Amino acid sequence: MILAAATLAVLVALLLGVIRALRGPTVFDRVLAANAIGTGAIMLLALIGFLTGRPEFLDIGILYALLNIIGTLAVLKFFRYGDLSHPGGEEPGDA
Amino acid sequence: MVLLTLLAAITVGIVRMRNLFAVVVLGGIYSFLMASVMIVLDAVDVAMTEASVGAGISTVLMLAALHLTKTEEAVPTHTPLLPLFVAVATGIVLVFGTFALPSFGVAETPMNMHVAPYYLQNSIPDTSVPNVVTSVLSSYRGFDTLGETTVIFTAGIAVLMLLKGKRELKPGPKRRRIRR
Repeated sequence: MILAAATLAVLVALLLGVIRALRGPTVFDRVLAANAIGTGAIMLLALIGFLTGRPEFLDIGILYALLNIIGTLAVLKFFRYGDLSHPGGEEPGDA
Repeated sequence: MVLLTLLAAITVGIVRMRNLFAVVVLGGIYSFLMASVMIVLDAVDVAMTEASVGAGISTVLMLAALHLTKTEEAVPTHTPLLPLFVAVATGIVLVFGTFALPSFGVAETPMNMHVAPYYLQNSIPDTSVPNVVTSVLSSYRGFDTLGETTVIFTAGIAVLMLLKGKRELKPGPKRRRIRR
């Protein structure tokens, strides 16, 4: 019962995230919304795993978390340096 | 279904958005929602592939491609009526095709009657692999999987050769490109 309620809550959170991603005036709002939706997807995965009695889904949730980090890192690196192959480490102004 | 509604909303947003950067971000969101739909449909392996390819790799590749082009999408010069008609007609045909499919989870379908019972009953004594899908992929259809792996390996080698050749063709300092 509490799992179903939590699933509903996560769905509402996903809805809010999607609204922010669609309306967000700046790109950073969208990046943040993407991150939140990725986290929501992980929680939904875990909750559905427990709802159907298969907690092994948690391993796949870990994989989702890693992917979420990769996507956000790529977006942020693109924003800072304008190039994904930039080695990083210094300010973009004096490079 | 709430997730499908969110998917539709994201799709409309992608189509209407002119900023390609936001489109890339929305594409990542779309992949995560799609993976959630796959999980609800109990296809966890497909969901894993969707999340890793759609949200992980293709976001990175799209950003790398975005570095080579402009961020704003060009204004279309023609009306999109014909492509819209083609898309809607294709969708109608596909939905019409699903009416002939058996409903979800029925046991007496050709797909579930043919070889699936044999795999389900004999995969443990035959291959002693606990996961049935893995046993089918790597044992029953091992040569098929070997061929697929060969194809992907060849494609990877070809891409690596292309990238390497480009680097040797253009020596000297790398040209600076305009940011964003």
